[in-house]
Amino acid sequence: MSGVALDLLLQALPVAFIMFVVLNFGGILTWVERKQSAIMQDRIGANRASIFGFRVFGLLHPLADAIKMLTKEDFIPARADRLMFKLAPFASVFFALAAFASIPFGDTLRIWGREIQLQAVTLNVGILYVLAMLSMGVYGLMMAGWASANNYALLGGQRAAALMISAEVAIGASIMGVVMVYGSLNMQDIARAQGQPLLPQFFGDWIPAWGILTQPLAFVLFVTAGIAATKRIPFDMPEGESEIIGYFVEYSGMKFGMFAMADFLETVVIAGMVTALFLGGWQAPYLETSGFTFPWGAALPLPHLVVVLLQVGAFLTKVTVVIWFLMLIRWTLPRFRYDQAMRLGWLGLFPLSVLNIVITGLVLLALGKA
Amino acid sequence: MASPYQRTNVPMDPRHSSRLSILQRFYVVEVLVGLVLTARHFFVNMGKHTLRALGVKSAHGAVTIQYPEERRPYATRLRSLHRLVRREDGSPRCVACMMCETVCPAHCIYIVASEHPNPEIEKVPARFDIDLGKCVFCGYCVEACPEDAIRMDTGILEFSSYSRGGMIYTKEMLLALEPARADGTPSSPVPIPPDRVPS
Repeated sequence: MSGVALDLLLQALPVAFIMFVVLNFGGILTWVERKQSAIMQDRIGANRASIFGFRVFGLLHPLADAIKMLTKEDFIPARADRLMFKLAPFASVFFALAAFASIPFGDTLRIWGREIQLQAVTLNVGILYVLAMLSMGVYGLMMAGWASANNYALLGGQRAAALMISAEVAIGASIMGVVMVYGSLNMQDIARAQGQPLLPQFFGDWIPAWGILTQPLAFVLFVTAGIAATKRIPFDMPEGESEIIGYFVEYSGMKFGMFAMADFLETVVIAGMVTALFLGGWQAPYLETSGFTFPWGAALPLPHLVVVLLQVGAFLTKVTVVIWFLMLIRWTLPRFRYDQAMRLGWLGLFPLSVLNIVITGLVLLALGKA
Repeated sequence: MASPYQRTNVPMDPRHSSRLSILQRFYVVEVLVGLVLTARHFFVNMGKHTLRALGVKSAHGAVTIQYPEERRPYATRLRSLHRLVRREDGSPRCVACMMCETVCPAHCIYIVASEHPNPEIEKVPARFDIDLGKCVFCGYCVEACPEDAIRMDTGILEFSSYSRGGMIYTKEMLLALEPARADGTPSSPVPIPPDRVPS
């Protein structure tokens, strides 16, 4: 194989990995949602779908769902804008998938004399890219709402836009604190910086400088606004199952399934961002490029490949835990009313994130880092 | 300040008060309280599910009764699908006195009487149909019967059909049924109406 072809293949590797992981996460989340909610509510959950009598804990239900959705009638309303109507679910899924591209899932992998960044796209403005993709996601919803020629769908699309704007302001402002602390917009740099010890003059090498410790307020604000960006309960205004059905009211079959899929993919993206910005990304505690180096002096050297695998494993574990937490919130809290969500976004989250920026600036000044 | 909704002088349960404390207004604390509650349910149930998967059969992580395979025990006086009681020779104990047909508030019983070969017995039903699509399961037919010839103790609750005609159960079907077992589970198979017999 020529060098160029190998280079291309190695470049495609992280992209393929991300597509594989994120799409599978999205598919399995339909199962997680059913099972986790059931276990939280003392139920068993969907367990009837079987192949030759094998039920495997209801894991075949996503498969059965896919078959059901693919075989359903694909209905388009007579007065709908046909092109936009068909395009909307694809836009929704595409931007949710694309948002994951600049989230790093491991440190640099050195193999066959080459260095591969474990990140689909190495961007110096990675955070801005993710923010842009997240907000582009709302275009799919607005297209769906407008093209359906249905007032309720239009209302849902408008609500989606309003919710996204109020959530996005808080997301952007709360991330600013993280950017100030780690001094970079590159998500790989931020993940690396979170492996440094936190305040070594007080704690030595014991505590890594994860974002949740340096920016606790920003963490709460970001998670709240992030849940709003996923458009799931408690922030399900665009959908509003109990009142307007929302932007996908006219959709059926797999197009409807793609909207549901986009919601789950956005959950994965938010979980990935929370992990990368606040939970140390792919950092495992005390794991450095040469192996474990414990603060009490012990060291456990590991080969490079094992270290990289541990890092990727740490990232996926953290993402899984965050998704579990997001699901816990989704199945615990009642939904907000539309005006309550707006008030929370503009009068709660946004001023608090500005306050967080001010405090962060003062603390950085006091520590002499600014 | 009393709540505007409070009418009596009885102090209100503070949990039901319309006034929220500062801590409750802050919302984050209350959210965390709720999350701890649901998370505790999650972990406790998850632990029980794991124990059960490891072979501890007394551990139940859910209150679910997996219906077709598991049933909750029925009450002994449950009124279920009717059956016609048989004599020793297998003929119906029913003497076609029309008491049940008369008392039935839903008019779902249809009897055609005929002569019994035994001169000791007045009559015997030639037809005894119950339209279960109309039956209200009041049990008056059982109470009205002077011969104890009809009972509602089969324990069978699942009878369905794709047509109204399929809900009409004939004398032969009702005669073939047996009473429920001591634990309330049906001992006869559910009779399959003619329109549900697989072709």
